[in-house]
Amino acid sequence: MATQHSRSVARFMLAPAVILLLGWMLVPLTATLIFSFKKYLPLRGGDLGWVGFDNYVRFVSSSAFWPSVMATLTIIGSVLVITIILGIVLALLLDQPMWGQGIVRILVIAPFFVMPTVSALVWKNMFMDPINGILAHLWKFFGAAPVEWLTQASMQSIVMIVSWQWLPFATLILLTSVQSLDREQLEAAEMDGAPWISRFWHLILPHLARAITIVLLIQTIFLLSVFAEIFVTTGGAFGTKTLTYLIFQRVLESQNIGLGSAGGVYAIILANIVAIFLMRAVGKNLDS
Amino acid sequence: MGRIVLESVTKKFGNTEVIPPLDLTIEEGEFVVFVGPSGCGKSTLLRLIAGLEDVSSGVIKIDDNDATDLAPAKRGLAMVFQSYALYPHMSVRKNITFPLRMAGLSKAEQDERVTKAAEVLNLSDYLDRRPGQLSGGQRQRVAIGRAIVREPSAFLFDEPLSNLDAALRVGMRLEISELHKRLETTMIYVTHDQVEAMTMADKIVVLRAGNIEQVGSPLELYHSPRNTFVAGFIGSPKMNLIDGEEAAKYGAHTIGIRPEHISVSGSEGPWSGKVVVSEHLGSDTFFHIHGTGLADTITVRVDGEVNFKYGDRVYLTPRDDVIHKFDAEGLRIG
Amino acid sequence: MARAVTTQRKTLNTLIAWSIGFVIFFPILWTILTSFKTEAQAINDPPLFLFFDWTLENYAVVQERSNYMRFLWNSIFLAGGSTLLGIIIAVPAAWSMAFVPSNRTKDILMWMLSTKMLPAVGVLYPIYIGFVKLGLLDSRLGLMIILMLINLPIIIWMLYTYFKEIPGEILEAARMDGASLKDEILYVLTPMAIPGIASTVLLNVILAWNEAFWTLNLTAAKAAPLTAFIASYSSPEGLFFAKLSAASTMAIAPILILGWFSQKQLVRGLTFGAVK
Ligand SMILES: Nc1ncnc2c1ncn2[C@@H]1O[C@H](COP(=O)(O)OP(=O)(O)OP(=O)(O)O)[C@@H](O)[C@H]1O
Ligand SMILES: [Mg+2]
Repeated sequence: MATQHSRSVARFMLAPAVILLLGWMLVPLTATLIFSFKKYLPLRGGDLGWVGFDNYVRFVSSSAFWPSVMATLTIIGSVLVITIILGIVLALLLDQPMWGQGIVRILVIAPFFVMPTVSALVWKNMFMDPINGILAHLWKFFGAAPVEWLTQASMQSIVMIVSWQWLPFATLILLTSVQSLDREQLEAAEMDGAPWISRFWHLILPHLARAITIVLLIQTIFLLSVFAEIFVTTGGAFGTKTLTYLIFQRVLESQNIGLGSAGGVYAIILANIVAIFLMRAVGKNLDS
Repeated sequence: MGRIVLESVTKKFGNTEVIPPLDLTIEEGEFVVFVGPSGCGKSTLLRLIAGLEDVSSGVIKIDDNDATDLAPAKRGLAMVFQSYALYPHMSVRKNITFPLRMAGLSKAEQDERVTKAAEVLNLSDYLDRRPGQLSGGQRQRVAIGRAIVREPSAFLFDEPLSNLDAALRVGMRLEISELHKRLETTMIYVTHDQVEAMTMADKIVVLRAGNIEQVGSPLELYHSPRNTFVAGFIGSPKMNLIDGEEAAKYGAHTIGIRPEHISVSGSEGPWSGKVVVSEHLGSDTFFHIHGTGLADTITVRVDGEVNFKYGDRVYLTPRDDVIHKFDAEGLRIG
Repeated sequence: MARAVTTQRKTLNTLIAWSIGFVIFFPILWTILTSFKTEAQAINDPPLFLFFDWTLENYAVVQERSNYMRFLWNSIFLAGGSTLLGIIIAVPAAWSMAFVPSNRTKDILMWMLSTKMLPAVGVLYPIYIGFVKLGLLDSRLGLMIILMLINLPIIIWMLYTYFKEIPGEILEAARMDGASLKDEILYVLTPMAIPGIASTVLLNVILAWNEAFWTLNLTAAKAAPLTAFIASYSSPEGLFFAKLSAASTMAIAPILILGWFSQKQLVRGLTFGAVK
C-alpha cells in the first residue's frame, strides 16, 4: 500500500518522533562527551580546561570501577534468572484450573504498580530492619539470629527487592504465552507417554521462547538503570554500588562533572554491549 | 462515465517487474474480468487502477482524464476487497454512509441513499448491527453497499467471493451480475476462478506474469484461445494438450482438444487407453484416461451417465472440426 | 481443555496459588495494615496482624507534614501529560512504520528502543545544566517533556505492534472512500486501535508515575511528584513505621487502584502486543 505520496507522508509523520529521540540522544551525549575530556568542578573552580583522557583513566583505575561493573551485571543477571524461572513456575501454576484465579492474578500483579522508592523503603524498614523488621521476627520465631540484611547480605537484599518488583511482569507475559499453548499438542504428547519433564522441555519451553525474549529485553532495559532501590536502601555501600550509582556519586556528591561524564561514557558503552547482545537475540526471535 | 484506459503501464517492486508494459482499454459499462494464476499481478493491476499503488511508468486515464497521479479518493472508483475491509467499529449503516460522510453529503441524502442501497442488497434488517455480527455473505453485501452508495464511475472487485462457501458463491455471483445489469456501471473483477470469469464477464483479460495473454469475450476465449496458456486456463475441465506425432498429423506442434469434444466408446476409435478415474456428476461424467501414448492423462467429458470402470479399456474419437492447433511457441495456427 | 479435573487437584492448585499470591502481595498488605496502627503497635513484638487499635492518625500527620495533594497533583499532571504528549507524537510515527514500512523500519524501531538503554545518569549533568539555563528546573513542563521522551520508544513500539494487527486493507478502503489521512487516522485507525491505545496509555501512566530518577533529580519543591514525596520519608525520625506506611499507601493507592480496575487492558499492554 505504498504510493509515492503515502511514503512521503509517512516520512513526514515519522519525523517528529525521530527528531525528538535523536535530539534526546545526541544533545546530552555530545555534552557528556565534551565534559568527559575536561576537568570540570562546578563548586571548586568550574571549567579548568581540557585534560585529554585523564578522566577516563582515573575513572577506570578507581578501585570502585570494576566492582561497580560487576555489581551492575550481577543485579541484572540475578534478577533476570530469578524472575524468569519463578515466572515460568508461576505462569504454569496460574494456568491450572483453580478457584479465584482472577484474584490471585491481582495479588501477583500488584508489586508492579508500586513505585521503586516505596518498595525500597518498605522493604528496608519494615522487612529488613534487623530489630523491628518482619524478617527479623520470622528468623527469631524459628530460633535463628536475625540477619542484618542490608549490610551483611546487601547484594542479595537488593536483588530480592528488585526481583519482587519485576516478577509480576515476567509472570504475566509468560502466563499469556502459556495460555496460548496448543492444548491438543500437549494432550497428544501425553497420550504418547511423554513424561512431564520432556513435555516441558520439548513443547512448553520452546513455545515460551518468544515471551522469554520479551521479558529479557524489557527487563534489561529497565534494570540497567536501577537507581532508586539503591539510593534508598544502601546508598551504594556494602558492595551494591552499580555503575549508575558510582557515576551519580561522582556527579552529584563529589561534583566532579568531568570524571562523572567519563563514567557516563563507560556506562553508555556497557549499555551498548548489553544492547548488541540483546538485539541480536531479540531481533531473531521477534521476526516471526 | 467509466471508461478506463491503461497506456504502457508498468509496475516494479524494487527491481522485480511485476507488470511489464501493458495496454488495455475498458469501455464504459463493461464487465471486465481479470483472470490468471496466483501471483500473476491481477491484484497489482487493480490497485494501480485504484491508485493504491503508483505506476512505475505509463498513463492511466479515467473518462479521458489523466488520473495517473490522482489520489485514490479522487478517481471516483469504488473497491470491494477480498477481506471486505469493513470498519469493525461502525454499524452497517455507518459503514455504508462513511464514504458519503467523507464526501460531505447532507444527513438526509445519506439516509436516503443508505435506505435505497439496503433495500437493493437485502440489508434493511441489519443496518444497526456491527460487521462482526453478520455472516460472510451479509458482510460481502455491506461491502458492496458501501461501494454503490458512492455512485462511482467504476467498481473494482478483488476476488470478492473467495471467502464464501460454494453455495453462497453462486448466489453472490448472480447478484453481482444482476447489479451490473441494473446499474450499467463499469465493473472490473479479479478472480482466479475461471467459472466466475466465464459466467460474469463481458470481456475477459487473461494475465500471466503481468502480461496480457488474451482479451476477449468468454466465448471468443473458449472457441479460439490465442495460445496454449489461454487454452489451458479457460474451460473446465481443462483442454487436453497433445504434442508429438499425433499433433504433427494435424500439421501442428501441439494440438488441443476439449474434454467435451471427445467421444468415448468401448469398441472403436483412433485413440485408446485405460480409465483411471471416473467422476459421475449425474448430468455428465468425466473420465481420466491413461496410457494413450498422447499425453499423461486425457480427460473426457460425456453427457449423462456412461458406465466405464477403473481399468476398462476405452476408445476415443476427437471431433476434428474443433481441434485447436498451436505452433512451437504455443501460438494458435489458423 | 477437554479433560475433567478432579476437585482434589483443583483444591490443591487453589491452595498453592493463593499462598504464593499472598506471599507476593504481603509487603503491600502489611504496609496498608501498618498505616492504620500507632507507631508503638507498628513495631510491636510479635507483630500485630489484625487485632490492633485502627487509627487514621498517621494519614492526618502525613498530610500535615507534607502537602500530599500537591504531590499527587504533580504526579497526575506528569504521568497524564507525558503520556498524552507521547501518544500524540507516537500515533503518526507508529502509523508510518506499521502501514508504510520500508526496509529500514525494523532498524528504526530497534534504534528507538535502544535510546532507552542510554544510562540516564550518563547524561544527567548536561540535562541538569540545560534545565537550569532554560529555567526548567523544578518545573512540571520540563519534567513532563523528559518523561515523555524516556517513554516515547515504548509507546511507539507498543502502538506499532497493535497497528500491525490491523489489516491495511481497511485503511485502504477508507482511502478509497474519500477519507483524508486525518480522517483515516481519526475515524478508522484510532477507533479500531482503542484497546491497544488504552493499554499503551495505562502502561505508560504507570511507568511515568513510578519513574524515580529524573523526578528525584530534576525537582525540588514545586514540581515534585509522589516519588519525591515518599523519598522525603527515607530518613527516619524516631518512630516512623506507621507514618511511612501511611505515606507509602497514599503514594501507591491511586495507581494500584487504576491498575486493578484496568487489569485486562494492562495485561495486554504489558506483553507489548508481542505475545499472544
Ligand atoms: N508490495 C509488494 N512488494 C513486492 N512484491 C509484491 C508486492 N505486492 C505484490 N508483489 C508481487 O507481485 C506479484 C503479483 O502479485 P499480485 O498480488 O498482484 O498477484 P495476484 O495475481 O493478485 O495473485 P493472487 O491470485 O494470489 O491474489 C507477486 O509475485 C507478488 O509477490
Ligand atoms: Mg490478489
